[in-house]
Amino acid sequence: MGSEFVQLSLTPLLIGIFASVACALPGNFLILRRQALIGDAISHVVLPGIVVAFLVTGVVAAIPMLIGAAGAAVVAVILIEAIKRLGRIEPGAAMGVTFTTLFAAGVLLLEQSDTSTVHLDVEHALMGNLESLIWFKAQGWHSLLDPVALAALPHELGRIAVVCAAMIVLTVIFWRWLKISTFDEGFAEALGLPTSAIGLGLVIAAAVAAVAAFDAVGSIIVIAMFICPPAAARLMTNQLKAQVLWSVVFAVLSAVLGYVFAGYGPLWFGGENAVSAAGMIAAVSGLILALACLFAPHRTRIGVAKEEATA
Amino acid sequence: MVNAALDLAATDGQTVSRPAPETSPLAVRGLTVSYGEKPAIFSVDATFPANAMAAIIGPNGAGKSTLLKAALGVIPRLSGEVAVFGKPVESARDRIAYVPQRASVDWDFPTTVIDVVMMGLYRRVGLLGRLTQSLHAQAQECLDRVGMADFTHRQIGQLSGGQQQRVFLARALAQDADLYLLDEPFAGVDAATERAIIDVLKSLKAAGKALISVHHDLATVTDYFDHVFLINVRKIAEGPVQTTFTGENLNAAYGGRLAATHIDQLQLAAGA
Repeated sequence: MGSEFVQLSLTPLLIGIFASVACALPGNFLILRRQALIGDAISHVVLPGIVVAFLVTGVVAAIPMLIGAAGAAVVAVILIEAIKRLGRIEPGAAMGVTFTTLFAAGVLLLEQSDTSTVHLDVEHALMGNLESLIWFKAQGWHSLLDPVALAALPHELGRIAVVCAAMIVLTVIFWRWLKISTFDEGFAEALGLPTSAIGLGLVIAAAVAAVAAFDAVGSIIVIAMFICPPAAARLMTNQLKAQVLWSVVFAVLSAVLGYVFAGYGPLWFGGENAVSAAGMIAAVSGLILALACLFAPHRTRIGVAKEEATA
Repeated sequence: MVNAALDLAATDGQTVSRPAPETSPLAVRGLTVSYGEKPAIFSVDATFPANAMAAIIGPNGAGKSTLLKAALGVIPRLSGEVAVFGKPVESARDRIAYVPQRASVDWDFPTTVIDVVMMGLYRRVGLLGRLTQSLHAQAQECLDRVGMADFTHRQIGQLSGGQQQRVFLARALAQDADLYLLDEPFAGVDAATERAIIDVLKSLKAAGKALISVHHDLATVTDYFDHVFLINVRKIAEGPVQTTFTGENLNAAYGGRLAATHIDQLQLAAGA
Protein backbone atom coordinates (compact mmCIF):
# COMPACT_ATOMS: atom_id res chain seq x y z
CA MET A 1 0.00 0.00 0.00
CA GLY A 2 3.11 2.23 0.34
CA SER A 3 3.33 4.60 -2.56
CA GLU A 4 -0.36 4.71 -3.34
CA PHE A 5 -1.19 5.39 0.30
CA VAL A 6 1.32 8.25 0.49
CA GLN A 7 0.07 9.77 -2.75
CA LEU A 8 -3.68 9.45 -2.23
CA SER A 9 -4.41 9.07 1.46
CA LEU A 10 -1.59 10.46 3.60
CA THR A 11 -2.36 14.17 3.18
CA PRO A 12 -6.17 13.91 3.47
CA LEU A 13 -5.70 11.77 6.56
CA LEU A 14 -3.28 14.23 8.16
CA ILE A 15 -5.49 17.20 7.27
CA GLY A 16 -8.46 15.42 8.79
CA ILE A 17 -6.50 14.69 11.99
CA PHE A 18 -5.12 18.23 12.33
CA ALA A 19 -8.51 19.82 11.65
CA SER A 20 -10.21 17.53 14.18
CA VAL A 21 -7.66 18.17 16.92
CA ALA A 22 -7.57 21.94 16.26
CA CYS A 23 -11.34 22.14 16.77
CA ALA A 24 -11.58 19.66 19.66
CA LEU A 25 -9.07 21.53 21.88
CA PRO A 26 -10.98 24.82 22.22
CA GLY A 27 -14.19 22.78 22.14
CA ASN A 28 -13.35 21.35 25.59
CA PHE A 29 -13.48 24.76 27.21
CA LEU A 30 -16.46 25.98 25.17
CA ILE A 31 -18.47 22.97 26.37
CA LEU A 32 -17.50 23.42 30.02
CA ARG A 33 -18.49 27.09 29.73
CA ARG A 34 -21.87 26.06 28.33
CA GLN A 35 -20.89 27.83 25.11
CA ALA A 36 -20.87 24.85 22.78
CA LEU A 37 -23.23 26.73 20.49
CA ILE A 38 -20.58 29.38 19.88
CA GLY A 39 -18.50 26.87 17.94
CA ASP A 40 -21.60 25.99 15.98
CA ALA A 41 -22.35 29.67 15.34
CA ILE A 42 -18.80 30.38 14.20
CA SER A 43 -18.74 27.53 11.74
CA HIS A 44 -22.00 28.75 10.24
CA VAL A 45 -21.17 32.44 9.91
CA VAL A 46 -17.88 31.59 8.24
CA LEU A 47 -19.74 30.77 5.02
CA PRO A 48 -21.21 34.21 4.15
CA GLY A 49 -17.86 35.79 5.05
CA ILE A 50 -16.01 33.54 2.64
CA VAL A 51 -18.56 34.09 -0.14
CA VAL A 52 -18.38 37.86 0.26
CA ALA A 53 -14.58 37.67 0.23
CA PHE A 54 -14.78 35.72 -3.04
CA LEU A 55 -17.25 38.18 -4.59
CA VAL A 56 -14.99 41.09 -3.70
CA THR A 57 -11.66 39.60 -4.76
CA GLY A 58 -12.79 37.12 -7.42
CA VAL A 59 -10.40 34.43 -6.23
CA VAL A 60 -10.48 31.67 -3.65
CA ALA A 61 -7.39 32.51 -1.63
CA ALA A 62 -6.53 31.97 1.98
CA ILE A 63 -5.97 35.50 3.23
CA PRO A 64 -9.14 37.13 1.80
CA MET A 65 -11.13 34.13 3.06
CA LEU A 66 -9.75 34.49 6.56
CA ILE A 67 -10.46 38.23 6.54
CA GLY A 68 -13.97 37.67 5.20
CA ALA A 69 -14.67 35.00 7.82
CA ALA A 70 -13.33 37.21 10.59
CA GLY A 71 -15.51 40.07 9.37
CA ALA A 72 -18.57 37.82 9.35
CA ALA A 73 -17.73 36.62 12.87
CA VAL A 74 -17.57 40.23 14.09
CA VAL A 75 -20.92 40.98 12.42
CA ALA A 76 -22.37 37.87 14.07
CA VAL A 77 -21.12 38.82 17.54
CA ILE A 78 -22.60 42.31 17.17
CA LEU A 79 -25.89 40.88 15.91
CA ILE A 80 -26.08 38.37 18.78
CA GLU A 81 -25.44 41.09 21.35
CA ALA A 82 -27.96 43.42 19.68
CA ILE A 83 -30.68 40.75 19.56
CA LYS A 84 -29.97 39.76 23.15
CA ARG A 85 -30.23 43.32 24.45
CA LEU A 86 -32.87 44.86 22.18
CA GLY A 87 -35.09 41.79 22.06
CA ARG A 88 -34.33 40.65 25.64
CA ILE A 89 -33.88 37.12 24.32
CA GLU A 90 -31.76 34.48 26.01
CA PRO A 91 -28.23 34.07 24.56
CA GLY A 92 -28.79 30.60 23.08
CA ALA A 93 -31.80 31.72 21.10
CA ALA A 94 -30.06 34.90 19.94
CA MET A 95 -27.16 32.79 18.68
CA GLY A 96 -29.47 30.33 16.98
CA VAL A 97 -31.33 33.07 15.13
CA THR A 98 -28.13 34.81 14.09
CA PHE A 99 -26.14 31.89 12.79
CA THR A 100 -28.90 30.19 10.86
CA THR A 101 -29.84 33.49 9.21
CA LEU A 102 -26.26 34.28 8.27
CA PHE A 103 -25.67 30.75 7.00
CA ALA A 104 -28.83 30.94 4.87
CA ALA A 105 -27.68 34.30 3.54
CA GLY A 106 -24.36 32.69 2.65
CA VAL A 107 -26.09 29.89 0.73
CA LEU A 108 -28.27 32.38 -1.17
CA LEU A 109 -25.26 34.53 -2.04
CA LEU A 110 -23.40 31.47 -3.21
CA GLU A 111 -26.24 30.39 -5.50
CA GLN A 112 -26.67 33.83 -7.00
CA SER A 113 -23.00 34.45 -7.66
CA ASP A 114 -21.05 33.00 -10.56
CA THR A 115 -18.74 30.51 -8.93
CA SER A 116 -18.69 28.06 -11.82
CA THR A 117 -15.06 28.83 -12.57
CA VAL A 118 -13.85 28.08 -9.05
CA HIS A 119 -14.30 25.29 -6.59
CA LEU A 120 -16.77 27.02 -4.31
CA ASP A 121 -20.29 25.72 -3.97
CA VAL A 122 -22.74 24.68 -1.30
CA GLU A 123 -21.56 21.08 -1.22
CA HIS A 124 -17.95 22.16 -0.84
CA ALA A 125 -18.93 24.50 1.95
CA LEU A 126 -20.57 21.68 3.89
CA MET A 127 -18.33 18.74 3.11
CA GLY A 128 -15.05 20.27 2.04
CA ASN A 129 -12.97 18.43 -0.52
CA LEU A 130 -10.80 16.26 1.66
CA GLU A 131 -10.44 13.46 -0.88
CA SER A 132 -9.11 15.80 -3.57
CA LEU A 133 -6.24 17.05 -1.43
CA ILE A 134 -3.86 14.45 -2.74
CA TRP A 135 -0.09 14.63 -3.03
CA PHE A 136 0.54 14.30 -6.78
CA LYS A 137 4.31 14.33 -6.63
CA ALA A 138 4.63 11.63 -4.01
CA GLN A 139 6.07 8.30 -5.10
CA GLY A 140 6.29 6.61 -1.72
CA TRP A 141 7.42 7.15 1.85
CA HIS A 142 10.83 8.37 0.60
CA SER A 143 9.09 11.42 -0.86
CA LEU A 144 8.81 12.73 2.71
CA LEU A 145 12.56 13.45 2.43
CA ASP A 146 12.41 14.86 -1.10
CA PRO A 147 12.29 18.70 -1.09
CA VAL A 148 10.79 18.87 -4.59
CA ALA A 149 7.94 16.56 -3.68
CA LEU A 150 7.43 18.24 -0.32
CA ALA A 151 7.05 21.60 -2.06
CA ALA A 152 4.09 20.16 -3.95
CA LEU A 153 2.18 19.19 -0.83
CA PRO A 154 -1.34 20.66 -0.83
CA HIS A 155 -1.03 24.07 0.84
CA GLU A 156 -4.08 23.26 3.03
CA LEU A 157 -1.90 20.79 4.94
CA GLY A 158 0.67 23.37 6.01
CA ARG A 159 -2.01 25.84 7.06
CA ILE A 160 -4.03 23.43 9.20
CA ALA A 161 -0.84 21.96 10.70
CA VAL A 162 0.27 25.42 11.84
CA VAL A 163 -3.17 26.18 13.28
CA CYS A 164 -3.29 22.82 15.06
CA ALA A 165 0.16 23.39 16.55
CA ALA A 166 -0.91 26.87 17.65
CA MET A 167 -3.98 25.45 19.41
CA ILE A 168 -1.81 22.95 21.30
CA VAL A 169 0.70 25.62 22.36
CA LEU A 170 -2.03 28.07 23.42
CA THR A 171 -3.84 25.39 25.43
CA VAL A 172 -0.63 24.52 27.29
CA ILE A 173 0.44 28.12 27.95
CA PHE A 174 -2.94 29.43 29.08
CA TRP A 175 -3.96 26.20 30.84
CA ARG A 176 -4.31 27.69 34.35
CA TRP A 177 -6.10 30.82 33.16
CA LEU A 178 -8.53 28.79 31.06
CA LYS A 179 -9.16 26.30 33.84
CA ILE A 180 -9.80 28.77 36.63
CA SER A 181 -11.83 31.26 34.60
CA THR A 182 -13.95 28.43 33.25
CA PHE A 183 -14.56 26.87 36.68
CA ASP A 184 -14.99 30.01 38.79
CA GLU A 185 -15.08 33.28 36.89
CA GLY A 186 -15.73 35.42 39.97
CA PHE A 187 -12.69 33.99 41.75
CA ALA A 188 -10.55 34.43 38.63
CA GLU A 189 -11.68 38.05 38.46
CA ALA A 190 -10.80 38.53 42.13
CA LEU A 191 -7.32 37.12 41.44
CA GLY A 192 -6.94 39.89 38.87
CA LEU A 193 -7.03 37.63 35.81
CA PRO A 194 -8.31 39.27 32.59
CA THR A 195 -11.38 37.03 32.38
CA SER A 196 -13.09 38.94 29.56
CA ALA A 197 -9.93 38.76 27.46
CA ILE A 198 -9.58 35.04 28.23
CA GLY A 199 -13.17 34.41 27.12
CA LEU A 200 -12.72 36.49 23.98
CA GLY A 201 -9.36 34.87 23.22
CA LEU A 202 -10.96 31.43 23.46
CA VAL A 203 -13.69 32.40 21.00
CA ILE A 204 -11.13 33.94 18.61
CA ALA A 205 -8.97 30.79 18.80
CA ALA A 206 -12.06 28.69 18.05
CA ALA A 207 -12.86 30.96 15.10
CA VAL A 208 -9.35 30.61 13.66
CA ALA A 209 -9.57 26.83 14.02
CA ALA A 210 -12.99 26.87 12.36
CA VAL A 211 -11.85 28.97 9.39
CA ALA A 212 -8.70 26.93 8.83
CA ALA A 213 -10.61 23.65 9.09
CA PHE A 214 -13.48 24.93 6.95
CA ASP A 215 -11.08 25.66 4.14
CA ALA A 216 -9.96 22.03 4.00
CA VAL A 217 -12.80 19.94 5.32
CA GLY A 218 -16.01 22.00 5.31
CA SER A 219 -18.29 23.10 8.10
CA ILE A 220 -19.85 19.75 9.08
CA ILE A 221 -16.58 18.47 10.51
CA VAL A 222 -16.02 21.73 12.38
CA ILE A 223 -19.42 21.60 14.08
CA ALA A 224 -18.96 17.96 15.02
CA MET A 225 -15.40 18.31 16.33
CA PHE A 226 -16.14 21.29 18.57
CA ILE A 227 -18.68 19.20 20.46
CA CYS A 228 -18.46 15.42 20.01
CA PRO A 229 -14.89 14.54 21.11
CA PRO A 230 -14.90 16.86 24.17
CA ALA A 231 -18.39 15.75 25.21
CA ALA A 232 -17.41 12.06 24.91
CA ALA A 233 -14.13 12.78 26.75
CA ARG A 234 -16.01 14.40 29.64
CA LEU A 235 -17.77 11.08 30.21
CA MET A 236 -14.45 9.23 30.40
CA THR A 237 -12.87 11.10 33.32
CA ASN A 238 -13.31 13.55 36.17
CA GLN A 239 -10.03 15.37 35.53
CA LEU A 240 -9.72 18.28 33.14
CA LYS A 241 -6.26 17.26 31.92
CA ALA A 242 -7.40 13.71 31.19
CA GLN A 243 -10.54 15.06 29.51
CA VAL A 244 -8.52 17.18 27.09
CA LEU A 245 -6.20 14.25 26.30
CA TRP A 246 -9.17 11.93 25.73
CA SER A 247 -10.74 14.52 23.43
CA VAL A 248 -7.57 14.54 21.31
CA VAL A 249 -7.61 10.74 21.18
CA PHE A 250 -11.27 10.75 20.10
CA ALA A 251 -10.63 13.46 17.49
CA VAL A 252 -7.76 11.48 15.95
CA LEU A 253 -9.77 8.27 16.11
CA SER A 254 -12.74 9.94 14.37
CA ALA A 255 -10.51 11.30 11.62
CA VAL A 256 -8.74 8.01 10.93
CA LEU A 257 -11.78 5.72 11.19
CA GLY A 258 -13.97 8.21 9.33
CA TYR A 259 -11.51 8.46 6.46
CA VAL A 260 -11.09 4.67 6.21
CA PHE A 261 -14.84 3.97 6.46
CA ALA A 262 -15.60 6.62 3.83
CA GLY A 263 -13.06 5.19 1.40
CA TYR A 264 -13.61 1.47 1.94
CA GLY A 265 -16.85 1.11 3.91
CA PRO A 266 -19.20 1.23 0.90
CA LEU A 267 -17.03 -1.38 -0.87
CA TRP A 268 -17.35 -3.75 2.10
CA PHE A 269 -21.11 -3.47 1.78
CA GLY A 270 -21.10 -3.99 -1.98
CA GLY A 271 -21.39 -0.34 -2.91
CA GLU A 272 -19.28 1.11 -5.66
CA ASN A 273 -18.47 4.69 -4.73
CA ALA A 274 -16.74 6.06 -1.67
CA VAL A 275 -18.78 8.49 0.45
CA SER A 276 -17.75 11.92 1.74
CA ALA A 277 -14.84 11.58 4.15
CA ALA A 278 -15.77 14.74 6.06
CA GLY A 279 -19.31 13.52 6.53
CA MET A 280 -18.09 10.11 7.68
CA ILE A 281 -15.57 11.64 10.11
CA ALA A 282 -18.35 13.71 11.68
CA ALA A 283 -20.61 10.65 11.83
CA VAL A 284 -17.90 8.56 13.52
CA SER A 285 -17.36 11.29 16.14
CA GLY A 286 -21.10 11.17 16.84
CA LEU A 287 -20.92 7.39 17.12
CA ILE A 288 -18.06 7.66 19.62
CA LEU A 289 -20.15 10.10 21.68
CA ALA A 290 -23.08 7.68 21.60
CA LEU A 291 -20.86 4.81 22.77
CA ALA A 292 -19.41 7.01 25.53
CA CYS A 293 -22.96 7.86 26.66
CA LEU A 294 -23.71 4.16 26.95
CA PHE A 295 -20.48 2.71 28.33
CA ALA A 296 -18.11 5.44 29.63
CA PRO A 297 -17.17 5.26 33.34
CA HIS A 298 -18.33 8.72 34.49
CA ARG A 299 -21.82 8.94 33.05
CA THR A 300 -23.69 8.94 36.36
CA ARG A 301 -21.71 11.46 38.34
CA ILE A 302 -24.68 13.64 39.32
CA GLY A 303 -26.50 10.67 40.83
CA VAL A 304 -23.38 9.63 42.74
CA ALA A 305 -23.04 13.10 44.24
CA LYS A 306 -26.63 13.09 45.43
CA GLU A 307 -26.36 9.67 47.01
CA GLU A 308 -23.25 10.61 48.95
CA ALA A 309 -24.64 13.97 50.00
CA THR A 310 -27.68 12.37 51.58
CA ALA A 311 -25.76 9.43 53.05
CA MET B 1 -5.83 66.33 64.08
CA VAL B 2 -4.67 62.75 64.43
CA ASN B 3 -1.05 63.83 64.46
CA ALA B 4 -1.78 66.46 67.07
CA ALA B 5 -3.39 63.87 69.29
CA LEU B 6 -0.41 61.56 68.95
CA ASP B 7 2.00 64.38 69.73
CA LEU B 8 -0.01 65.17 72.81
CA ALA B 9 0.19 61.60 73.96
CA ALA B 10 3.93 61.63 73.38
CA THR B 11 4.51 64.81 75.33
CA ASP B 12 2.58 63.31 78.22
CA GLY B 13 5.51 60.96 78.50
CA GLN B 14 3.44 57.83 77.84
CA THR B 15 5.01 55.09 75.79
CA VAL B 16 3.01 54.80 72.62
CA SER B 17 1.96 51.20 73.14
CA ARG B 18 -1.01 51.41 70.83
CA PRO B 19 -0.08 50.78 67.19
CA ALA B 20 -0.50 53.69 64.84
CA PRO B 21 -4.10 53.93 63.58
CA GLU B 22 -4.30 51.17 60.98
CA THR B 23 -5.63 51.87 57.55
CA SER B 24 -8.96 50.22 56.94
CA PRO B 25 -8.65 46.86 55.14
CA LEU B 26 -11.58 47.90 52.96
CA ALA B 27 -13.02 51.37 52.53
CA VAL B 28 -15.48 52.40 49.81
CA ARG B 29 -16.80 55.84 48.96
CA GLY B 30 -19.90 56.59 46.90
CA LEU B 31 -20.04 53.08 45.45
CA THR B 32 -22.90 52.67 42.97
CA VAL B 33 -23.63 49.54 40.93
CA SER B 34 -26.51 48.94 38.55
CA TYR B 35 -27.53 45.74 36.77
CA GLY B 36 -30.34 47.32 34.76
CA GLU B 37 -32.06 50.63 35.22
CA LYS B 38 -32.42 50.34 38.99
CA PRO B 39 -29.26 50.59 41.07
CA ALA B 40 -28.36 47.45 43.03
CA ILE B 41 -26.42 49.56 45.51
CA PHE B 42 -26.49 53.35 45.58
CA SER B 43 -23.75 55.68 46.78
CA VAL B 44 -22.53 53.41 49.56
CA ASP B 45 -19.83 54.54 51.97
CA ALA B 46 -18.25 51.93 54.20
CA THR B 47 -15.16 51.65 56.36
CA PHE B 48 -14.44 48.19 57.68
CA PRO B 49 -12.22 47.82 60.76
CA ALA B 50 -8.85 46.09 60.87
CA ASN B 51 -8.44 42.79 62.72
CA ALA B 52 -12.17 42.22 63.12
CA MET B 53 -14.95 40.04 61.81
CA ALA B 54 -17.51 42.16 60.03
CA ALA B 55 -20.93 41.08 58.77
CA ILE B 56 -22.77 42.63 55.85
CA ILE B 57 -26.47 42.29 56.66
CA GLY B 58 -29.65 43.13 54.80
CA PRO B 59 -32.72 41.59 53.18
CA ASN B 60 -32.64 39.60 49.92
CA GLY B 61 -31.80 41.81 46.96
CA ALA B 62 -30.37 44.51 49.23
CA GLY B 63 -27.02 44.41 47.42
CA LYS B 64 -24.93 42.56 50.02
CA SER B 65 -23.07 40.35 47.54
CA THR B 66 -23.01 43.20 45.05
CA LEU B 67 -21.16 45.38 47.54
CA LEU B 68 -18.54 42.67 48.02
CA LYS B 69 -18.15 41.92 44.30
CA ALA B 70 -18.03 45.56 43.26
CA ALA B 71 -15.38 46.29 45.90
CA LEU B 72 -13.31 43.42 44.45
CA GLY B 73 -13.87 44.54 40.87
CA VAL B 74 -15.62 41.26 40.02
CA ILE B 75 -18.52 43.32 38.68
CA PRO B 76 -18.09 46.80 37.21
CA ARG B 77 -19.09 49.82 39.26
CA LEU B 78 -20.87 52.87 37.89
CA SER B 79 -19.08 55.20 40.25
CA GLY B 80 -17.25 55.28 43.55
CA GLU B 81 -13.84 54.58 44.98
CA VAL B 82 -12.45 51.49 46.67
CA ALA B 83 -9.36 51.35 48.84
CA VAL B 84 -7.88 48.11 50.17
CA PHE B 85 -5.37 48.82 52.95
CA GLY B 86 -5.31 52.37 51.62
CA LYS B 87 -4.39 51.32 48.07
CA PRO B 88 -6.35 50.77 44.86
CA VAL B 89 -7.68 47.22 44.76
CA GLU B 90 -5.52 46.38 41.70
CA SER B 91 -2.31 46.81 43.65
CA ALA B 92 -3.62 45.00 46.73
CA ARG B 93 -4.80 41.78 45.07
CA ASP B 94 -2.12 39.69 46.79
CA ARG B 95 -3.56 40.68 50.16
CA ILE B 96 -7.16 39.65 49.38
CA ALA B 97 -8.72 36.20 49.60
CA TYR B 98 -12.20 35.66 48.23
CA VAL B 99 -14.79 32.97 48.92
CA PRO B 100 -17.57 33.27 46.32
CA GLN B 101 -21.06 31.90 46.86
CA ARG B 102 -20.95 28.14 46.60
CA ALA B 103 -23.86 28.14 44.16
CA SER B 104 -21.99 30.44 41.75
CA VAL B 105 -19.95 27.62 40.20
CA ASP B 106 -20.70 24.36 38.42
CA TRP B 107 -19.64 21.59 40.82
CA ASP B 108 -19.81 19.12 37.97
CA PHE B 109 -16.57 20.63 36.61
CA PRO B 110 -13.97 17.89 36.02
CA THR B 111 -11.55 18.60 38.83
CA THR B 112 -10.54 17.33 42.27
CA VAL B 113 -10.55 18.85 45.75
CA ILE B 114 -6.78 19.46 45.88
CA ASP B 115 -6.94 21.01 42.39
CA VAL B 116 -9.45 23.60 43.55
CA VAL B 117 -7.33 24.46 46.60
CA MET B 118 -4.27 24.85 44.35
CA MET B 119 -6.17 27.54 42.43
CA GLY B 120 -5.58 29.73 45.48
CA LEU B 121 -1.86 29.56 44.65
CA TYR B 122 -2.21 30.58 40.98
CA ARG B 123 -1.40 34.24 41.63
CA ARG B 124 1.85 33.25 43.28
CA VAL B 125 2.96 30.65 40.72
CA GLY B 126 1.81 32.53 37.61
CA LEU B 127 0.92 30.99 34.28
CA LEU B 128 3.72 28.49 33.91
CA GLY B 129 5.45 28.41 37.31
CA ARG B 130 5.95 24.95 38.72
CA LEU B 131 3.55 23.71 41.41
CA THR B 132 6.31 22.36 43.61
CA GLN B 133 6.14 19.69 46.28
CA SER B 134 6.12 22.34 49.00
CA LEU B 135 3.19 24.17 47.37
CA HIS B 136 1.31 20.87 47.25
CA ALA B 137 2.06 20.43 50.95
CA GLN B 138 0.73 23.93 51.64
CA ALA B 139 -2.51 23.17 49.84
CA GLN B 140 -2.85 19.90 51.75
CA GLU B 141 -2.33 21.77 55.02
CA CYS B 142 -5.15 24.17 54.11
CA LEU B 143 -7.40 21.15 53.59
CA ASP B 144 -6.37 19.84 57.03
CA ARG B 145 -7.38 23.14 58.61
CA VAL B 146 -10.94 22.85 57.32
CA GLY B 147 -11.18 19.15 58.21
CA MET B 148 -11.10 17.91 54.62
CA ALA B 149 -7.76 16.08 54.64
CA ASP B 150 -9.37 12.77 53.67
CA PHE B 151 -10.96 14.16 50.52
CA THR B 152 -7.84 15.33 48.66
CA HIS B 153 -8.45 13.44 45.42
CA ARG B 154 -12.25 13.35 45.49
CA GLN B 155 -14.08 14.78 42.49
CA ILE B 156 -15.74 18.00 43.65
CA GLY B 157 -19.18 16.95 42.40
CA GLN B 158 -19.12 14.07 44.89
CA LEU B 159 -19.01 16.38 47.94
CA SER B 160 -21.91 17.50 50.09
CA GLY B 161 -22.76 21.21 50.22
CA GLY B 162 -20.93 21.69 53.49
CA GLN B 163 -17.84 19.91 52.17
CA GLN B 164 -17.88 22.08 49.05
CA GLN B 165 -18.00 25.19 51.22
CA ARG B 166 -15.01 23.96 53.22
CA VAL B 167 -13.04 23.39 50.02
CA PHE B 168 -13.74 26.98 48.99
CA LEU B 169 -12.54 28.16 52.39
CA ALA B 170 -9.38 26.04 52.04
CA ARG B 171 -8.72 27.69 48.68
CA ALA B 172 -9.01 31.12 50.33
CA LEU B 173 -6.57 29.96 53.06
CA ALA B 174 -4.11 28.96 50.32
CA GLN B 175 -4.22 32.56 49.09
CA ASP B 176 -2.51 33.48 52.39
CA ALA B 177 -4.09 36.94 52.49
CA ASP B 178 -4.64 39.71 55.03
CA LEU B 179 -8.25 40.44 54.10
CA TYR B 180 -10.82 37.67 53.68
CA LEU B 181 -14.03 38.43 51.81
CA LEU B 182 -16.68 35.74 52.17
CA ASP B 183 -20.02 35.61 50.36
CA GLU B 184 -22.51 33.72 52.55
CA PRO B 185 -20.05 31.10 53.85
CA PHE B 186 -22.76 29.50 56.01
CA ALA B 187 -25.46 29.22 53.34
CA GLY B 188 -26.92 25.72 53.20
CA VAL B 189 -24.23 24.01 55.27
CA ASP B 190 -24.67 21.47 58.08
CA ALA B 191 -24.08 22.38 61.74
CA ALA B 192 -20.71 20.59 61.87
CA THR B 193 -19.47 22.56 58.87
CA GLU B 194 -20.73 25.82 60.34
CA ARG B 195 -18.71 25.16 63.50
CA ALA B 196 -15.62 24.13 61.50
CA ILE B 197 -15.85 27.28 59.39
CA ILE B 198 -16.35 29.66 62.30
CA ASP B 199 -13.39 28.08 64.12
CA VAL B 200 -11.17 28.73 61.10
CA LEU B 201 -12.46 32.30 60.74
CA LYS B 202 -11.83 32.99 64.43
CA SER B 203 -8.29 31.63 64.14
CA LEU B 204 -7.72 33.97 61.20
CA LYS B 205 -8.90 36.90 63.27
CA ALA B 206 -6.62 35.78 66.12
CA ALA B 207 -3.76 35.87 63.60
CA GLY B 208 -4.50 39.54 62.93
CA LYS B 209 -6.49 39.18 59.71
CA ALA B 210 -9.55 41.18 58.73
CA LEU B 211 -12.70 39.33 57.67
CA ILE B 212 -15.81 40.63 55.95
CA SER B 213 -18.68 38.24 55.39
CA VAL B 214 -22.08 38.54 53.77
CA HIS B 215 -24.32 37.00 56.42
CA HIS B 216 -27.92 35.89 56.44
CA ASP B 217 -28.63 34.41 59.84
CA LEU B 218 -29.45 37.27 62.22
CA ALA B 219 -29.50 34.86 65.19
CA THR B 220 -25.74 34.27 65.03
CA VAL B 221 -24.57 37.84 64.34
CA THR B 222 -23.80 38.63 67.99
CA ASP B 223 -21.94 35.34 68.50
CA TYR B 224 -19.82 35.49 65.38
CA PHE B 225 -19.12 39.11 64.54
CA ASP B 226 -17.57 42.28 65.99
CA HIS B 227 -18.81 44.75 63.43
CA VAL B 228 -21.96 45.04 61.31
CA PHE B 229 -22.77 46.86 58.11
CA LEU B 230 -26.50 47.11 57.38
CA ILE B 231 -27.52 47.74 53.81
CA ASN B 232 -30.66 47.97 51.73
CA VAL B 233 -29.45 49.40 48.42
CA ARG B 234 -28.26 52.37 50.49
CA LYS B 235 -26.24 52.11 53.64
CA ILE B 236 -28.44 51.89 56.73
CA ALA B 237 -25.81 51.80 59.48
CA GLU B 238 -22.33 50.58 60.32
CA GLY B 239 -20.44 50.13 63.54
CA PRO B 240 -19.62 47.71 66.35
CA VAL B 241 -22.22 45.00 66.99
CA GLN B 242 -22.72 46.30 70.55
CA THR B 243 -24.00 49.66 69.38
CA THR B 244 -25.21 49.16 65.82
CA PHE B 245 -27.05 45.81 65.79
CA THR B 246 -30.28 47.37 67.08
CA GLY B 247 -33.95 46.71 66.40
CA GLU B 248 -34.27 50.17 65.01
CA ASN B 249 -31.50 49.64 62.45
CA LEU B 250 -32.82 46.19 61.54
CA ASN B 251 -36.28 47.62 60.96
CA ALA B 252 -34.77 50.33 58.80
CA ALA B 253 -32.85 47.74 56.74
CA TYR B 254 -35.60 45.17 56.42
CA GLY B 255 -38.37 47.74 56.00
CA GLY B 256 -40.66 46.09 58.57
CA ARG B 257 -40.33 42.71 56.87
CA LEU B 258 -39.00 41.16 60.07
CA ALA B 259 -41.69 40.01 62.44
CA ALA B 260 -41.56 41.82 65.78
CA THR B 261 -41.38 38.49 67.62
CA HIS B 262 -38.36 37.53 65.56
CA ILE B 263 -36.56 40.73 66.50
CA ASP B 264 -37.38 40.11 70.16
CA GLN B 265 -35.56 36.80 70.05
CA LEU B 266 -32.30 38.26 68.78
CA GLN B 267 -29.55 39.21 71.16
CA LEU B 268 -29.69 42.83 70.14
CA ALA B 269 -27.49 45.63 71.26
CA ALA B 270 -28.52 47.35 74.50
CA GLY B 271 -30.88 50.29 74.14
CA ALA B 272 -32.72 48.80 71.17
